[in-house]
Amino acid sequence: MVNKGNPCLSGRGVTKIFGFGRHKTIAVDHVDFDFHEGEIVSIVGESGSGKTTLAKMLLGLISVTEGEIYFQGKKRDLSSGRKKQEYWRNIQAIFQDPFSSYNIFHKIDSVLLDCIRMRGGGNLPREKKVEMMTEACSFVNLKFAELTNKYPFELSGGQMQRLMIARIFLLKPKILVADEPTSMIDACSRATILDYLMKLRNETGMTLIFITHDIGLAYYVSDTIYIMEHGRFVESGSADDVILYPKHPYTRRLISDVPKIYEEWDLSTV
Amino acid sequence: MQHTLRQVFRSGKFIVGFSILMTILLIVIIYPWVVRHPPLQIIGQGTFFPPGIYVNVYDAIHAPTLYTLNLEDAAANRIGNKLRQEDRVAMKEWLVAFGVPEDEIDIDDTEKLLALWEANYNPDLRLPGMTFARHRYFQRVNASIDGLLSTEPAIIAAPNSETGALEQKALIRQTDYANVDEVANVRILALGTDNFGRDVLTQLVAATAVSLVIGLVAGLIATTIGLTLGLLAGYIGGLVDDVLMFFTNLFTVIPTFVLLILISFSIGQDKRGAITIAMVIGFTSWVWTARAVRSQVLSLRNRDHVNLSKLSGHSVPRIILVDILPYIASYVVMAFILQVSSGILAEAGLSILGLGPRTTETPTLGLMMNWAMIYQAHILGKWWAYLPVLVTIALVSFSMNLMNTGLDQVFNPALRD
Ligand SMILES: Nc1ncnc2c1ncn2[C@@H]1O[C@H](COP(=O)(O)OP(=O)(O)O)[C@@H](O)[C@H]1O
Ligand SMILES: [Mg+2]
Repeated sequence: MVNKGNPCLSGRGVTKIFGFGRHKTIAVDHVDFDFHEGEIVSIVGESGSGKTTLAKMLLGLISVTEGEIYFQGKKRDLSSGRKKQEYWRNIQAIFQDPFSSYNIFHKIDSVLLDCIRMRGGGNLPREKKVEMMTEACSFVNLKFAELTNKYPFELSGGQMQRLMIARIFLLKPKILVADEPTSMIDACSRATILDYLMKLRNETGMTLIFITHDIGLAYYVSDTIYIMEHGRFVESGSADDVILYPKHPYTRRLISDVPKIYEEWDLSTV
Repeated sequence: MQHTLRQVFRSGKFIVGFSILMTILLIVIIYPWVVRHPPLQIIGQGTFFPPGIYVNVYDAIHAPTLYTLNLEDAAANRIGNKLRQEDRVAMKEWLVAFGVPEDEIDIDDTEKLLALWEANYNPDLRLPGMTFARHRYFQRVNASIDGLLSTEPAIIAAPNSETGALEQKALIRQTDYANVDEVANVRILALGTDNFGRDVLTQLVAATAVSLVIGLVAGLIATTIGLTLGLLAGYIGGLVDDVLMFFTNLFTVIPTFVLLILISFSIGQDKRGAITIAMVIGFTSWVWTARAVRSQVLSLRNRDHVNLSKLSGHSVPRIILVDILPYIASYVVMAFILQVSSGILAEAGLSILGLGPRTTETPTLGLMMNWAMIYQAHILGKWWAYLPVLVTIALVSFSMNLMNTGLDQVFNPALRD
């Protein structure tokens, strides 16, 4: 990526501390970042490095202990419910664990209907809604007719995660945070999930913040990479710079842990 | 939902508990339809009549038909009823002490024994070494066996209204029988009467109903308060959590039962209705429901389905009701059942201390225990006045706890065997 768009999401000194005193955990430690419009950004780090915590702060789901987040150049303001709802029209997420992403007491239709309602289509006739849901499902190669009136636990993990992508398809947010969307899925479904995600991002041009513990995968998909260790960004830059000329020892270690990074990519291990 | 219900009703423990409770409930509902006596009416003149079928003697004599039945063991039964084995042994003892040679006395031969007794017994003679109570006992035995071997009919006589002289109206022969169905007044007192002469069974059924209502009201209040505070403290967190937890901790530190006693005492006897007591119990026992709900909510509110619901623009009340509540519903049901059963026990505890509902209108299980204890039914051996009450209390709380254990096994996969 040579000509980057405007920064749509930036952070200065963003910090999250859980607990007090002796039980204090600094999950995210003074990180600075600038995510640009239309970019695919990867945040790479081992488990426990604070990726999910950062994602939740970006999404406004948990408070920021210290520091500021800027949205479209302005300080982000989430002080009221209305402002949060407005913010969430712009930024959406796919979580790591599809099995806990659904309310198990609700039929899956309600997840998709919520999206239509959020886009202002709450009063559309039933046929129109079904048509939209069918389109969204077929985008991820699911048949709405087979899914309607089913409960989440009747679906496989891969199907659930594809449905999450269908949800994003309906919402069309400006920014999508995908927090290790393939790590809890069986190996066979991973490649397809990733394919649909990339297809969606190519069609909509949204900014994708892709969180992963797999630096090879990050290199494969992203324009920019941030390397995270113990809550800090130890290195960042364009994917080529970071992977081909790593400066930080942690980055080198991550790269050396990946077996076949310069050879042909084997998607079955994604 | 259906699936869960089906699983619940496949749990053996739950079914047993549920069946016991439903049986009790059915009895409580149906009994008053069949037996329409006011539960607190004093019918017995005297205390603690034993359980049994009470036949009106006047009506039995005046039954429309008296049937003659020649039954072989009738005479033996009649004698046996008045002269029991221990009386015979005692008579022998007296006779021996009086000086009758021991081998002349055969206590199984009623006729001979009575003849010997007739010949030797002197009601005014108090043998040396005999206590006064024993002396009186022999006098009583002597009186009861008077005319025991007589085969003469009993005469029913009424005074002539003019002369005042007794006139024979009827003869009741020893072979005369009345059919109980034809006797005008028969009252079944399956559990006898209590210290006030009230029908224990009718009272017990009414008391069970009232106690269940008390438990239900107390449980509803405690669960509603506990659930609301727990949900708010757990989900909203921050200052709301701090303030609510301060009150909850305050209530935790003060022993609930002491609080209950103090409040009941300060309300005063005449203002303490059953529902008032239920409310007091409910308002003092929500604490642990609140704590338990709060900790469940704390672990739920960070789950991704809640996050997704937020991202879908749902409001806080909706998230609490739709994304949190169903997940803890099974837990709340279990807490509610426990609250009901402990509410019933709390009422019993209060009443035994004399701090229960006022005693004039409605019986409760606790009040029945209280009355039985004050009138020393347990010391006097009048088991029917307290044992059925105890069994009912035990059954109600046992069945509820069993239902709970069953539910726990369904909802808590770690406990499944
Ligand atoms: N709600 C929480 N309360 C306390 N500690 C937390 C919480 N969430 C995460 N942490 C801690 O923060 C650190 C980073 O966690 P996380 O962001 O989930 O890492 P990652 O997603 O990179 O695996 C971990 O040490 C974790 O234990
Ligand atoms: Mg994570």
